[in-house]
Amino acid sequence: MTFTETTWNEAKELAGRYPHSRSALLPMLHLVQSVEGLVSSDGIALCADVLDLATAEVAAVATFYTMYKRHNTGKHHVGVCTNTMCGLLGGDAIWNAISSDLNTGHDETSEDGKITLERIECQAACTHAPVVTLDWEFFDDATVDGVRKALSDLREGKEVKSTRGPVIKGLQASERLLAGFDDDEFDAPAIDEKMLAGLHRAREVGQTLPSSEV
Amino acid sequence: MVLTPILTAHWDEADSYKLEGYKRHHGYVALAKALKSDPDSIIQTVKDSGLRGRGGAGFPTGMKWGFVPQNDGKPHYLVVNADESEPGACKDIPLMLANPHALVEGVAISSYAIRANHAFIYIRGEVPHVIRRVTNAVKEAYAAGLLGQNIQGSGFNLEVVVHAGAGAYICGEETALLDSLEGHRGQPRLKPPFPAVAGLYASPTVINNAETIANIPYIIRNGADWLKQWGTEKSPGFKLFAVSGHVKRPGIYEAALGTTMRELLEHAGGMRDGHTLKFWIPGGSSVPMLTEAHLDLPLTYEDMAAAGTMLGTGTPMVFDETTSVVKAVSRWLQFYKHESCGKCTPCREGTYWISGLLKRLEKGEGQETDLEKIDELCQQIMGRSFCALGDAAATPFPGAMKHFRTEFEAGVRTAADIAFDPAATTIFSKANV
Ligand SMILES: Cc1cc2nc3c(=O)[nH]c(=O)nc-3n(C[C@H](O)[C@H](O)[C@H](O)COP(=O)(O)O)c2cc1C
Ligand code: SF4
Ligand code: FES
Repeated sequence: MTFTETTWNEAKELAGRYPHSRSALLPMLHLVQSVEGLVSSDGIALCADVLDLATAEVAAVATFYTMYKRHNTGKHHVGVCTNTMCGLLGGDAIWNAISSDLNTGHDETSEDGKITLERIECQAACTHAPVVTLDWEFFDDATVDGVRKALSDLREGKEVKSTRGPVIKGLQASERLLAGFDDDEFDAPAIDEKMLAGLHRAREVGQTLPSSEV
Repeated sequence: MVLTPILTAHWDEADSYKLEGYKRHHGYVALAKALKSDPDSIIQTVKDSGLRGRGGAGFPTGMKWGFVPQNDGKPHYLVVNADESEPGACKDIPLMLANPHALVEGVAISSYAIRANHAFIYIRGEVPHVIRRVTNAVKEAYAAGLLGQNIQGSGFNLEVVVHAGAGAYICGEETALLDSLEGHRGQPRLKPPFPAVAGLYASPTVINNAETIANIPYIIRNGADWLKQWGTEKSPGFKLFAVSGHVKRPGIYEAALGTTMRELLEHAGGMRDGHTLKFWIPGGSSVPMLTEAHLDLPLTYEDMAAAGTMLGTGTPMVFDETTSVVKAVSRWLQFYKHESCGKCTPCREGTYWISGLLKRLEKGEGQETDLEKIDELCQQIMGRSFCALGDAAATPFPGAMKHFRTEFEAGVRTAADIAFDPAATTIFSKANV
């Protein structure tokens, strides 16, 4: 694929955000992935061109990081955390159920091209285990039925909301944000009971600080 | 010890993550105070407070800042480590969702102290909503003249860039993070030189954890002694403890250092009904596990070290008697194998072999000599790897063997899923409702 003028300009803009342009390589790889749904040879060539690097050098970086996909992805990326805490608390069961529902394995895309499945590592949300991600947005405290419903809604194009984040829009939209192009969704609710557990408990047992200090 | 809602004090207010909400509670007062003081006096205050890094190693923050050479004519950089990817660690992510301005104000004050005019916040890539919240906080701060050129007429300039990673645990290791931020594969660098002397772009660089930096505004405004009212001489202050696992109310509990796990467990409602504690891990999968016998130890850097473990990230994972420890450890080793950057042989090869042997034990297909072999492999990794990821990978197995040897021995004949019904371990299990 040839990239549009807009993408080229955005890539150059990223390079200009850093004291040394090569620092923009990770964001730039997110950018080309946001356009194509993967990091293709063309995407690598674009990064190499803008940063004046050899394509082999860019490819070496792209293959190091798990978020960059070198093959086509579905409209949505679904990650199931199967690290110890989530896996044992229910992530394994969720993985088994949806992987068999979709007849899709790790790092594979469902036949209808809608969903790429991945077993993911700890998502820094173990308090909310088992954790699933939809286009990398949190889908916390997941259950087998809840994830089944979310996936069927996503496949039918119905609205699905992140538990701590916005409405799910597709992997390419998330990738654009990671590239450093804002989407103004920061107001989407993100604070839940588990994040407030200690604060509520502190009030209950009368262990708060004077307002002059905090 | 007590609960100390400080960083978390206002998380239940609808605009806790916005400039207006933050300013309602003394937000950016510390920055104004700092900009009127000598940068060295800020470093001194942080030294006096005894604040230790919250990224896992507990290095004294003020001392680290003091290593940055001054008047060297080179640009200085501040890099915030918000890569939070250690299994079990889940405190920086909520902090940045709910109170990103504490981090941004901390970045401004810390940069001023170390004379940096450029700061980077490196956030793991898998958390877009966190990146939104921090990016928005940075934007609001720029618009209010709290970042950028000539901040509040002080003559101090600071550019702040929010940077997303792309999925690699090793990028949390500080020198790997720097390589990643320079646009390379995230592989650790040889130390020395330490980042304080030659870090980002070979210039003096301070790397601190997000929670560490978020502490700074509170210390600068309230003073070094204020922090020392909590904790111990060696571990002053408070901490975001994230309690996960088989407890009734998993979540974020901000408390004084020196709080015991028994106290934290009580705050978290205790174990789920009808179950008992089997093991817990104070700070991420990279530190050795503890049991019931250790519940009354103060959660401090020194007490955890004395017990043969580490406070680490201060995010206790709690498992009950339904849990197969073999499976738990095996899963962590799959993680380390996946995340080993491949730069050095002990870690690259060792994690491959250990994870394979553990998988076999988990299936009940181990051989009599496997435990010895794994132990040997761990010893070959420990202290012989290029970075601390290798040591971390060699930690869970010996740690678990200390308390649960017979369970590993059973792995020669009995599959973990036979010995421990996986359905009972899940939180959907009937026993739980
Ligand atoms: C494999 C590995 C992963 C790490 N991940 C993180 C991380 O995600 N966040 C963090 O702050 N420190 C992490 N660290 C520790 C950092 O190397 C460093 O010690 C820390 O960022 C320093 O900040 P502090 O002094 O404020 O704690 C990691 C270390 C290793 C070896
Ligand atoms: S110990 Fe592991 S992660 Fe660290 S440099 Fe060696 S191979 Fe890479
Ligand atoms: S183990 Fe799944 S979020 Fe930590």
